[in-house]
Amino acid sequence: MTQISNVTATSNYYASGKLPGYMTGILLLLSLVISWGFFTFFRPADPEYTVNLAVLIVVAVIVFGLIQYVASRVVEGPRKAVDRTVTLLVTLAFVVAMIPLLSLLYTVVTLGAARFDLDFFTLSMRNVVGAGGGAAHAMMGTVIMTLLAAVISVPVGLLTSIYLVEYGDGKRLARSITFFVDVMTGIPSIVAGLFAYSLFSLILGPGTRVGIAGAAALSVLMIPIVVRSSEEMLRLVPNELREASYALGVPKWLTIVKVVLPTALAGITTGVMLSIARVMGETAPLLIAAGFTNDFNFNPFSDRMQSLPNFVYYSYVAQGSVPEAYLDRAWAGALALILIVMVLNLLARLITNVFAPKYGR
Amino acid sequence: MAQSAESLPGAPKARQRPADRIFAGSSRGAGILILATLAAVSAFLLIEGFPALTTPPEEISILEEQSFIVYVTPLVFGTLWAAALALLMAFPISIGIALFISHYAPRKIAVGLGYAVDLLAAVPSVVYGLWGGVILAPGIRPLYMWLEENLGFIPLFAGPTSGTGRTILTAAIVLAVMVLPIITAVSREVFLQTPRLYEEAALALGATRWEMIRSVVLPVGRGGIISAAMLGLGRALGETLAVAMVLSATGIITVNLISSTNPSTIAANVALSFPEASGLNVNVLIASGLILFAITLVVNSIARWVINLRKDFSGAN
Repeated sequence: MTQISNVTATSNYYASGKLPGYMTGILLLLSLVISWGFFTFFRPADPEYTVNLAVLIVVAVIVFGLIQYVASRVVEGPRKAVDRTVTLLVTLAFVVAMIPLLSLLYTVVTLGAARFDLDFFTLSMRNVVGAGGGAAHAMMGTVIMTLLAAVISVPVGLLTSIYLVEYGDGKRLARSITFFVDVMTGIPSIVAGLFAYSLFSLILGPGTRVGIAGAAALSVLMIPIVVRSSEEMLRLVPNELREASYALGVPKWLTIVKVVLPTALAGITTGVMLSIARVMGETAPLLIAAGFTNDFNFNPFSDRMQSLPNFVYYSYVAQGSVPEAYLDRAWAGALALILIVMVLNLLARLITNVFAPKYGR
Repeated sequence: MAQSAESLPGAPKARQRPADRIFAGSSRGAGILILATLAAVSAFLLIEGFPALTTPPEEISILEEQSFIVYVTPLVFGTLWAAALALLMAFPISIGIALFISHYAPRKIAVGLGYAVDLLAAVPSVVYGLWGGVILAPGIRPLYMWLEENLGFIPLFAGPTSGTGRTILTAAIVLAVMVLPIITAVSREVFLQTPRLYEEAALALGATRWEMIRSVVLPVGRGGIISAAMLGLGRALGETLAVAMVLSATGIITVNLISSTNPSTIAANVALSFPEASGLNVNVLIASGLILFAITLVVNSIARWVINLRKDFSGAN
């Protein structure tokens, strides 16, 4: 019986000259032990010295990489050894990138929960010096300015993408619009804020900070996103649909409104929601163009307007007499902001997954 | 694409209805409006920034009797320095993540992992700033102390270590986390577009997975990788809040990464000084914003130009 199993083990051609699968686990364990041993036996004389878990793991990973390389090189040859090392590095890159994400989500949820209460969503910061108060005025401002920005950006962006796809085809104007829209995606958000501020200062006098200026700054950032995403969606609409409509004698504009747009509607909605989620978190342009206030302001055409990101910013930068209260509010604001943005993102993805055309790969 | 039938010789011309004209005109107008907006951004920044250059510096309090050039040079240095550091950290990791998602992770979970990276992009910058200032800066201080003790002979880590940990390196790390998803998203798309047949041909010739990636995936995607890096650089140059909230700046030029004296960046300086600024100080800040705009415009134009080159010659599509 033993003889037979021996024969099958050695005669497995495909498995010979390779490290067995369980070896990775064994090497990993071994390197953890080595790292732990290193820090236990070669610790500094300082009696208060404690081993940092993060450092221990980092050393263990380095040791693992070395052992694996050597073992693989001996058994499998240098090419396979390099391959294994690269696999380790690539996986590590992903793990390293997840650390800040997890740390950030964990802190925001744990620290934000302290003030994530009813007051936070119903009260403003008017006459609040210490604890208490809320961010209702900031949320109101964010909603007003984002909606205004959407009202400006969505028609402009959608019409532009219609022009690019349905009318522009190969024209010089269309090509330059495509190029400059791409360039516009890269405008620093603070520059958009400075632009809106300059514009409204020239119209309404220097030093003007109003909600509509904030909305204008946000639209500068939002328009290119809407154009890009809806252009992509409109291009996905099959040409046969347009031709069938023309063949029935439907004019071009009606074809676009009744055939092309409804077909691409899901994708366009997704793009708009993603762009809203994107500009909702913008702080710098609103800081410049809309200023900040502790009070409710429902009129975007006069006086300063607070926004949720700016609420977080000012709670952090200008911590008043009771810093903990301000920091608690900042974290609660961050939590609310992340929740809103995540919900918008998830909804957008849901719409795409349910309605969008399917691709290969 | 829809017009090909109409341009055939001898084909009957469609009758132009008023509604057609209005619709075509308004969609074209929207496109022109975008170009006009971009022109207006430059124009208004020029108009409002110009007085800062022509007025004698003695009359502008924020300049402290120095010329505008002297005021803005450390800021430009800080902007480029922080962005370069961020890119240096983010670029290799992003390429690794993109490869991990496109070629290493099991296909079933790869999509989910892609979402996780996209989530990083969805987090607002003010939250990164808060996290960087409250959690990362104190948390990373031991590392800086270790660097000062063991690598202090390199000017980068000369120290003395900042007591708060709010140095330009911390800001660059936060920036790196923020540009990571952008570089990853673009290069992941590029890697996924590598022709399947090339990959399989390489594997069939006996290449290991890494050899296949090195000989096929990376060369095919080179243009895309470069432009991804440039896009990330553009984002890092213009990022405001994360730097403003993390960095404690003194406005000097130094390459010391871990001390308490750090150069500020243009965007962060504007964000911190603007709310209290008035009169000509505003014009100075707007002029510095104009410089930032010009820098990012150049970087982004190069990136787009490289992408477009690739589009024309790529066999992937």
